[in-house]
Amino acid sequence: MGWLEGRFEESVITTSLEQAMNWARESSMWPMTFGLACCAIEMMAVGCSRFDIDRFGAGAFRATPRQADLMIVAGTVNFKMASRVRRLYNQMPDPKFVIAMGACTCGGGPYYKYGYNVVKGVDLVVPVDVYVPGCPPRPEALLEGLMRIQDKVRGMKDLTKEQPIDVPIPSRSGYVLLPPELSDPVKADAFAKKNKELATPAKG
Amino acid sequence: MPKLKAEEIIAAVEEKFGGRVKSKKLDAIDPFFVIEPGDLIEVCTFLRDDSRLRFEMLNSISGVDYFEPDPKKAPKAGFEPHTEVVYHLSSITHHHRAVFKLILPRWKDNKPGELPDVPSVSSLWKTANWHEREVFDLSGINFVGHPDLTRILLSDDWVGHPLRKDYEFPLEYHGIRGR
Ligand code: SF4
Repeated sequence: MGWLEGRFEESVITTSLEQAMNWARESSMWPMTFGLACCAIEMMAVGCSRFDIDRFGAGAFRATPRQADLMIVAGTVNFKMASRVRRLYNQMPDPKFVIAMGACTCGGGPYYKYGYNVVKGVDLVVPVDVYVPGCPPRPEALLEGLMRIQDKVRGMKDLTKEQPIDVPIPSRSGYVLLPPELSDPVKADAFAKKNKELATPAKG
Repeated sequence: MPKLKAEEIIAAVEEKFGGRVKSKKLDAIDPFFVIEPGDLIEVCTFLRDDSRLRFEMLNSISGVDYFEPDPKKAPKAGFEPHTEVVYHLSSITHHHRAVFKLILPRWKDNKPGELPDVPSVSSLWKTANWHEREVFDLSGINFVGHPDLTRILLSDDWVGHPLRKDYEFPLEYHGIRGR
C-alpha cells in the first residue's frame, strides 16, 4: 500500500480496489442450480448443513444463469444436453467459472468406452476452470474445488474479466500443502504430461 | 378368479390359434411362445380380451439384437443373426403374466439400413406408444401404424440405432468430439 499505510486511524483499512473487488467476488460465488446425474446428489449434500457450502459464501444457488458466477457441472453430460450446457454458459455474466464435478464431466468416466451418447468430458463443450474427479467426489472434494476457484478469483488481475490462465496450479495461501511433484508449475506440467502418457488408451 | 400357469396360458393361445404359434419354450425362467409379426394384433387382442386371460397391462417391449460383429467368433456364437422383439404382459385381474416373442430378420429383405416391420400395438395398450418409440430409437424396429414414431431418448438428428451390435459410434456430433 506504500505511502498510504499508517497515515490513518487504526480503524481505517486501506486496500487496492482490485483486491477489494476480488475479495468481495470470492466470498460471494453464486453457483447455478444445475444437476445432471448422480453427482448432483452429492452437490446437494454440499449445500446442506453437514458440509455447508455457505461457509465459503457459495450457498446461494441461483435458478437462472444470469445471476450466477459459478457453474458446477454435476453429472453426465450427453450430446443432447451439451448444447444446452453451452447455452447456459453463454448466458452467464462475466467473470464466470466452471467446476467439472465427477469423472463423467472430467472425461467420460464410466461411460468412456461404451457410452455412445456421452460427451467425453465437459471441457469439449465449455472451458473448465477446476476439475473435481471422483465418482462421485466426496463433498469435501467439491469444497476444495470451490476453494481453488476462490484462489483463482484472488489472483484475477483485471477488474472486469480475464482470469489468469498462465498459472496452471493456483497458488494457495495455506490449508493444503501441494505434493512435491506439483509444487511448482514446471514440475506440475511434467507430472501432467506423464499422467497423460500413462492414461493413453492401449491401441486395438 | 383363477390364476393361470404359464403353460396354461400358452395352451389357451395354442388352442385358439393352433399352428400359428411357431414355437414355445416351457423350461425357461419366463416361459414364452413365438408368433409371426402378421398375427401380432390378433393374438394381442385375444390375450387382452379373453375372460380367462385378461392381460390389461403391457409391462414392456424390448428389442434384442442377436449378432456377433467379430467374423472370427460368429460361427461359434451359437445363433444365426436375427432380431427379436419381446413383449411382457401382466393381468391385474388374475395376477398372472405372459411373455411372447417375435423373431425378425435383422434388416428387412436383407438390405442393410431397411428396418424390419412390426405392427404397432399402441391401439391396444396406450403404454406401447412410448415403449415402441424406445425400441425404434435404440434397436431399430419399424412399428407400422404407430401414431408418432420418432426418437424418444436420443436427439432427432441422431444417426443409427445404438443397441444394434454393429452400431458405429459417431466420430463427432455437432462439433463435439465423440470418440
Ligand atoms: S461421475 Fe459417477 S457419480 Fe458422477 S455423474 Fe458420473 S457416474 Fe454419476
